[in-house]
Amino acid sequence: MAKQSQRSNVFWITLLVALGAVIMLIPFAWAVLTSLNPDATISINDSIWPERFDISGYTALFETLPFFKVILNSVGIAIIVTTIQIATAAPAAYAFSRFNFKGQNAVFVGYLATMMIPFQVLLVPLFIQMRIFGLIDSYASVVLPAMASAFGVFLLRQAINQVPRELDDAATVDGASHLRIFTRIILPSIKPALATFGIFAFMASWNGFIWPLIVLRSPEIQTLPVALAGIQGQYTTEWNIVMAGSVISMIPIFLVYVFAQRSVVQGITSAGIK
Amino acid sequence: MNRIEQEREIVAVAKPRTKPLLVLAFLAPSAIPLVVFIFVPMISAAWISLQKWNLLSDAEFVSFDNYVSLATDSDTWRIFLNTLYFIIGYLPLVFTGGLVIALALNRMIPGRSFWRGIYFLPVISSWIVVALIWRWLLQPEGGLVNTVIGFFGISGPGWWTDPAWAMPSIIIATAWKDLGFVTIILLAGLQAIDPQINEAAQLDGATHIRKLKRITLPLLTPSIFFVVVISLINGFQVFDQVYAMTGGGPAGASNVVVLEVYDLAFRYGQAGKAAALSWILFIVIAIFTWLQVKGQRRWVFYG
Repeated sequence: MAKQSQRSNVFWITLLVALGAVIMLIPFAWAVLTSLNPDATISINDSIWPERFDISGYTALFETLPFFKVILNSVGIAIIVTTIQIATAAPAAYAFSRFNFKGQNAVFVGYLATMMIPFQVLLVPLFIQMRIFGLIDSYASVVLPAMASAFGVFLLRQAINQVPRELDDAATVDGASHLRIFTRIILPSIKPALATFGIFAFMASWNGFIWPLIVLRSPEIQTLPVALAGIQGQYTTEWNIVMAGSVISMIPIFLVYVFAQRSVVQGITSAGIK
Repeated sequence: MNRIEQEREIVAVAKPRTKPLLVLAFLAPSAIPLVVFIFVPMISAAWISLQKWNLLSDAEFVSFDNYVSLATDSDTWRIFLNTLYFIIGYLPLVFTGGLVIALALNRMIPGRSFWRGIYFLPVISSWIVVALIWRWLLQPEGGLVNTVIGFFGISGPGWWTDPAWAMPSIIIATAWKDLGFVTIILLAGLQAIDPQINEAAQLDGATHIRKLKRITLPLLTPSIFFVVVISLINGFQVFDQVYAMTGGGPAGASNVVVLEVYDLAFRYGQAGKAAALSWILFIVIAIFTWLQVKGQRRWVFYG
C-alpha cells in the first residue's frame, strides 16, 4: 500500500515539474517559431501556428545591419575579457592563498568590498573617465573596466586553498620559485575552478548591457544585446526580425551550457549574480 | 580546533614573509584596475553628485542641492515606490515558485538533472533577449498570452501598453527568468539536510505538511536568507528588462531608479543629479542589506 502511494506521488510530482518545464520552454519555442514566420509583422489573432515559414527575418537582419560584425564584436570582447580576467585573478588568488605579507587581510577585504559596490554608482564617473582617455565608442571602453574581477580572485583563492600545501613545500625544497610553483603546480590543479570562472566571465560579458549601451555608439562597434535593443526600436512591428536576432544571440550561450552545465550552474550560484 | 588544524596554524604562523616586490607582481594586475575603475569612480561619483553638470560645459559646485531637489521631487518618490512595487510583486512569486520546484526536484523523480537544466535556461539567457521575447508574448494584439486567453473567451489586458499592467508584465518576465536561480539555491540547501532527520520524523508519524513546517523550512532558512538578500539587492538594481520591455512607460508607470539614473545622466544632461541619485540608491541598498543581516538572528537557523 505505502509503496503504491509513493509511486503515485512520484508520478504527480514529475507531472508538476514537467508542466513547469513546459512553461520555461514555451517562450523560447515561440521565439524560434516567430523568427521563421514572415506574417509575424501583422497581428495574428486567430491562429498560433504560422501559415508559412521562411528565413526572411534572418536575411533582413544581415542585410539592414552590420549584424555579422556585431556577432564578432560580442565574441571578441567576451573572449578578451575572459582571458584578461583569468590572467589577473589567478596570480592574486595565489598571493592571497600562499603568500604572507603585511596587510594581507585588509587588502583581501578591499577586494571583496569592490563586489558590494553597485555598478550604477560608477556609470557617470566611468563614462567621464573613458571620455578623458578618449575611448568612448571603442572596444577598450568595454574591456578596460572589466579587466579585474574580485569575484574571480575569491573563487580561485578558494580552489587554491584546497590544493595541499605539501605539494608546494616539496617543490620549494627542490628550489622551485613561486612563479614556478604557481604555473607548474597550482594552475594545473585548479583547472575545474578556472573553467567555472571562465564560463561565468564569458557569460557575464556576453550578456552585459547597460555599460556597452552607454559607451558603444556606432552600429558597427556594438555588442549583440545593444544592437538587439536597437533593432527593437527600429522594427517595432516586425517581430520575425527581432526574434531572429534574439535566437542568434542565444545560440552560443546555449552551446556553452549544453557542454558545461555543471560549471555554469556552479559559477552563477556562487556569484549570486544573474 | 582539532590537531591537524592546530598544526596547520603553526605552519601558517611560521611561514616566512614574502618579498614585497613579489607580492606586488602578483597583485598589481588585478589591484590596479580595481582601484582605477571601481574605487576612484566610486569616490568621484560622490564629488560629481555635488556639482551641477551637463557633461559638456564646466561643472558648477552646488553642494547638496542635487540631494535636496531629489528628496523634494515627487518623481523621485514615485520611482522608488515603483521599484518597491517591483520587489514586492516579484519576490513572493519567484520564491514560492522556486520553493515548490526545489521541493519537487529534491524527490527521487526520473530525469532530475534534465529538468533542472531546463529551469536554468532562462537564467543564462541575456536579459535583452528575454525582455524582447516577453514583450512579444505579452503583445496585446497577436501576442501568444492574449491569444491563448482569448480561446477561453477572455479578453486579456493591454500588458506593457497599459499603465496599470506595465509593472506586472515586468514582474512576470523577471520571475520567469529568475525561477531557475532560486530553485538551484534552495535545492542545494535542501540537499544539505540530513535525510535521517526526516526519516526519524516519519517513524514518529509526522505528516508531510508537518515535516515541511517543522523540519525542512527551518533547516532551509540559511538558503532562504541568501535568496532574499540577493533578490532584494538585484531588485533595487533592476534595469535591463525595464529598458527593453517598457522603457519605463507608459507615462512613467514602470520607471525605476536605475533607469532614472541612466536618463538623467545620458538623456537629460544632469550628471550631478544622476550621481546623487545613484548614491542614494547605494545607501538604501546598504541599509536594507544591513537590516536583513541584523534581523537574520530572529529567523535564520544555523544548525
